Amino acid sequence: MKRHQWGWLLAGPALIVIAVFFLLPVLAALALSLTDYDLYAIASIHNVRFVGLRNYADLLGNPLFWQALGNTFYFVLVGVPLSLAASLGGAVLVHSKWASCRGLFRTAYFAPSVTTVVAVAVIWRYLLHTRYGLINYALGHVGIAPIDWLGDPHWSMPAIILFAVWKNFGYNLVILLAALGTIPADLYEAADLDGAGAWAQFRLVTVPCIRGTLTFVGILTVAGYFQLFAEPYVMTQGGPAQSTMSVLYLLYDEGFKWWNLGRASAVAFVLFLLMYASALLQARLTREPAA
Amino acid sequence: MRRRCAFAAVPLLLGLIGCGAHRDVVELRFWAMGRESEVLASLMPAFEREHPGIHVRVEQLPWTAAHAKLLTAVAGDSTPDLCQLGNTWVAELADLGALRPLDAYLKVDTAIAAADYFQGIWDTNRVGGTQYGVPWYVDTRLLFYRKDILAAAGYTSVPTDWASFKTLLHKIRAQSQGTRYGILLPLNEYEPMLSLALQSTTPVLKENGTRGNFSNPDFIAAFTYYISLFYEDLAPPVTNSQISNVWDEFGRGYFAFYVTGPWNIGEFRRRLPPALNGQWGTAPLPGPHGLDASIAGGASLAVFKNSAHPREAWALVDYLSRPAVQERFYALTGDLPARRSVWASGSVKDDPLTGAFRDQLERARPVPPVAEWEQIMTELRLMAEHVVRHEYTPAEGALELDRRADRMLAKRRALVLAGQLP
Repeated sequence: MKRHQWGWLLAGPALIVIAVFFLLPVLAALALSLTDYDLYAIASIHNVRFVGLRNYADLLGNPLFWQALGNTFYFVLVGVPLSLAASLGGAVLVHSKWASCRGLFRTAYFAPSVTTVVAVAVIWRYLLHTRYGLINYALGHVGIAPIDWLGDPHWSMPAIILFAVWKNFGYNLVILLAALGTIPADLYEAADLDGAGAWAQFRLVTVPCIRGTLTFVGILTVAGYFQLFAEPYVMTQGGPAQSTMSVLYLLYDEGFKWWNLGRASAVAFVLFLLMYASALLQARLTREPAA
Repeated sequence: MRRRCAFAAVPLLLGLIGCGAHRDVVELRFWAMGRESEVLASLMPAFEREHPGIHVRVEQLPWTAAHAKLLTAVAGDSTPDLCQLGNTWVAELADLGALRPLDAYLKVDTAIAAADYFQGIWDTNRVGGTQYGVPWYVDTRLLFYRKDILAAAGYTSVPTDWASFKTLLHKIRAQSQGTRYGILLPLNEYEPMLSLALQSTTPVLKENGTRGNFSNPDFIAAFTYYISLFYEDLAPPVTNSQISNVWDEFGRGYFAFYVTGPWNIGEFRRRLPPALNGQWGTAPLPGPHGLDASIAGGASLAVFKNSAHPREAWALVDYLSRPAVQERFYALTGDLPARRSVWASGSVKDDPLTGAFRDQLERARPVPPVAEWEQIMTELRLMAEHVVRHEYTPAEGALELDRRADRMLAKRRALVLAGQLP
């Protein structure tokens, strides 16, 4: 057997699995997105009609889609930087030479990301309660009037972002912590000798050394945040006034609540294109500067 | 590996032996939801004693997942023999061709007489002139209220028309210096709004349920009234999850009225502090000019077309519809019986809190039997919220609702035109 034949033979089983469980369903969904497959199609397959790109056109003409898209971008553009800053800040603090009980903090920060979202949502709903919530109680002490976090369309998304950042930052923190551990100590000694302060050291030594990890964490976080669903699903059901409706939530409603599988598939492909474009953009923006 | 295969075959063999032994026993798969599914187990032994040839397997579904699970079962040809169906779902599943017409059975089985059922509820099970379900238990929406707050405002009974009801709400609001609301109408529920809309005889869908008809003057009047309760600060613009605990707030007197259904009789009894015993009651919903309609809700029993044992399934429907069994079912769940004869005697008649429901049920009005109904109602709920937040006027909102309903009903229109739907 020739060398490349061996290669195909060894990679074959994995490729077959990918083809059957990933590629085929994706192609089927693409085909589905070109039909009006809906409730009536369950009754009789003859009720399915090929509609070309009409699902996509309908989607672009649906104000709810644009609102969901706007909400999703709001969540990504505010949530991702906040989340990364919290992870990086937390990692630097836990890693710093003055920190004690590192194991404890690492575990405590990581804990939210392994708890179930439904359970913590119950607690957060109480924290965010307009009249009895701890957050409004604390704000009251500095003279801020109670905020209707989950009932006011202007505050619902900030509340969801707060919740999501708290829930997710620990995961990235642990990855960044591992990256921080790989930076040689002599770089910091040299920077010290050159008279660099803490901020300069962070900016000129720490960040460049973990650039690769930061990019990786960034792309994963953006991809994750684009798929906003569980948080609004358990906290607000997309409300109030659809202010926490995300693209994925729209997909869920169309596909699994109303059984418009054709339209839901179209939403899925639009979301996929968006995430693909954003990953490309990020990879380009964070590329190593040419030396 | 081989050894494991050998063991794996053991249950299979046992299964075969088991089948052999009970060859003449028919197993019925019965899907039920929520509290009802838990209670059914205790009703089945008596049925099985009566029908030794039938064994009933009750499979429990949570209400929240039931609708999706039913559609999946229809799509995958894995429907059970019979099922508890929310009665607004009957039309949808009938349109999908998943349910078995019951007229032939009803003709023979005189124990189930349509005349003994509340008209509005019975009609929710008729689609295109064919009966697809038998009402099992019923519900409708009406007022739960605090008698002590009413008394403090100088009232001994609840007004029966919209205008004087609103006057009462204003009085309650003013007396509390703005710390108490008149009524709770949760923004995440469409039922209170729909109840008001059903009080006119103009339907909200027209042309055989293929187009929206929200922009008719009757609906706009009901919508305007509903919205005015928010605009005039008589109802808090909140959802149920913002209230956190409705029973606590009702007990504290955060609001005096609450539009909800019969399941809350039991909940209120259990959860309100003892000091409020006898201080709360139920009353029919006020109408535009005196008492009027409300929703015809509840659940029905339906037999699936693909069932291999429709006769046995019908025997179970018949058993669960018997007045004695309905009476026992009421005792176990608090679900209101669907038959008037059960209301005429026994414990349900003696309960002072169910009287208002009995009264309201006589006027319950069914909703249009279209598969898209649930989706259209979601739009109604969202639009009500938009109007409460001043993003539309009620008339603009009604017009937009028509547009959205027309879009959702487009496929239905095409199928009706092609003669594939009645």
